[in-house]
Amino acid sequence: MEDIINGLKTNRSFAICSFLVLLLIIIAIAAPIIAPYDPLEAVLKNAYLPPSAEHLFGTDKLGRDNFSRVLYGAAYSLSSVLVLVTLVFIIGTGLGVIAGYYGGKIDMVIMRISDMMISFPGMILAIAIAGILGGSLINAMIALIIVTWTKYARLARSMVLKIKKRDFVEAAIVNGGTPLHILWKHILPNILPLMVITAASDIGAMMMEMAGLSFLGFGSQPPAPEWGLMLNEGRQQLQTAPWLMIFPGLAIFITVVIFNLWGDALRDVLDPRQEK
Amino acid sequence: MLVLLGISFITFCLVMLAPGDPVRQMIAGNEDIVVSQLEIEALRRELGLDKPFIFQYLDWLGRALQGNLGFSYMVKKPVIEELMECLPATVILAAASTVFMLLVAVPAGIYSAVKQNGVFDYLVRGISFIGVSVPNFWMGLMLLWIFGLKLGLFPIVGGRVAAANLVLPALTLGIVMAAKYTRQVRATVLEELNQDYVVGARTRGMSESHILWKEVLPNAMLPLITLLGLSFGNLLGGAAVVEIVFSWPGLGYLAVESIIYRDFQLVQGIVLWIALMYMVINLIVDLSYNYLDPRLRKAGK
Repeated sequence: MEDIINGLKTNRSFAICSFLVLLLIIIAIAAPIIAPYDPLEAVLKNAYLPPSAEHLFGTDKLGRDNFSRVLYGAAYSLSSVLVLVTLVFIIGTGLGVIAGYYGGKIDMVIMRISDMMISFPGMILAIAIAGILGGSLINAMIALIIVTWTKYARLARSMVLKIKKRDFVEAAIVNGGTPLHILWKHILPNILPLMVITAASDIGAMMMEMAGLSFLGFGSQPPAPEWGLMLNEGRQQLQTAPWLMIFPGLAIFITVVIFNLWGDALRDVLDPRQEK
Repeated sequence: MLVLLGISFITFCLVMLAPGDPVRQMIAGNEDIVVSQLEIEALRRELGLDKPFIFQYLDWLGRALQGNLGFSYMVKKPVIEELMECLPATVILAAASTVFMLLVAVPAGIYSAVKQNGVFDYLVRGISFIGVSVPNFWMGLMLLWIFGLKLGLFPIVGGRVAAANLVLPALTLGIVMAAKYTRQVRATVLEELNQDYVVGARTRGMSESHILWKEVLPNAMLPLITLLGLSFGNLLGGAAVVEIVFSWPGLGYLAVESIIYRDFQLVQGIVLWIALMYMVINLIVDLSYNYLDPRLRKAGK
């Protein structure tokens, strides 16, 4: 935490990126105030209006204001991606730490499962899981968690194995520390920075994968103003109403750029290997 | 071998995720037939669904090993036949985009590494950063809109394997992959350039081009080939979304269609098939590694 505050003061690009991330979150939270229209309100006589002063990003087939939908989409897409990354982070890191610390049979079971998962190209498995479970936001998240947790588990496990051999951990064991105490006080703080960096730089990619699943119809369902889903709806009107496809995509793109930049900057701030 | 078992097991489990009773779903299709509970039980037994889970899996595995992946209700064909029909389209698309990627990424990556912090390097880094942040399906839609609709250069309606239909999807996948790969090429070459042997070669007065072509690049080859294999494998899965955008009739397209029609035997077959191809590619990469790395070659002998 201290590192992050220091980073904000000394590392200018990190400060700027953090500001942009904050701005995104503020936009998402303030969407109901900024948005000129209700994102779900259909006004059929206004269908397919091109962008204008009244409807900045035009309107869709039900006459819903595209600008308001993109704004609300920020709240919807951001919150679902942040929840997703947090869950993957907790599950993956947790299993990895358990496997690394306890070793033996638990380790073998967890790592064997993770070996199996890694032999699939992730996206196709995610599509199959989300699709078979049935299209919904929750199922898409479950699918992505199943596909991504192994990466975190492997990373966490390898770090725990390294740290376990260090003197201070051995000392804590000899001193009779309970496993929980050792994990919590000695091991977790040491692996956390790298895990957080990994999670932060994953936000962008996860966002694209979520949007991809929604785009295929295996994620959020209409009428939710989710960006990937909006692209799916916009795709059918590529010829008559290209604005329906351009703006949600642009929103995804900008968000992903900001989070990727932020992830890179966070790495510079937190990564212990780059301190010198 | 263990990996194979794992792959098949996970694939088999996939279908268990489906909500509802498969037998009832099969019958639900033809409502005009009245079925008694007895007949349902008979069908269940016939399909082997009354057996314990592990036996069902072994039965399925046994049939899969003989090339029998079941029958697809969607296309009214054996699954394996449909797979074979869609396979060429996916392979062509993957190969075309990989070729495009290599043509762009390798020269750009090497050149920007050699001229680190030059104008070109900044340009490459900027563009490739943008490239990795664009969702590939949106890129596809934009290309389709610009080149297909506005400029009218390419057909908008796909559905067939043809050269004109191939350009845009291959470009879409190629650009996104090239962005990623350029960064990797650049990083790998940079790392090699900072090694001691390069300094040594320089002090001995070897020319920069000799160092680059004869010393650095052969060393950089190894990690790059691994990455190439990985990205080719990801292409097989990641292409699904792009195949949908362009209605390119490959495996990814088939996968999405079959899920929508809830034809799970076909889904199973596709996932299994793609995982197998992925495994074979990784195997080839490992083998080529052995062949290319003199250290490993000696150790092997």
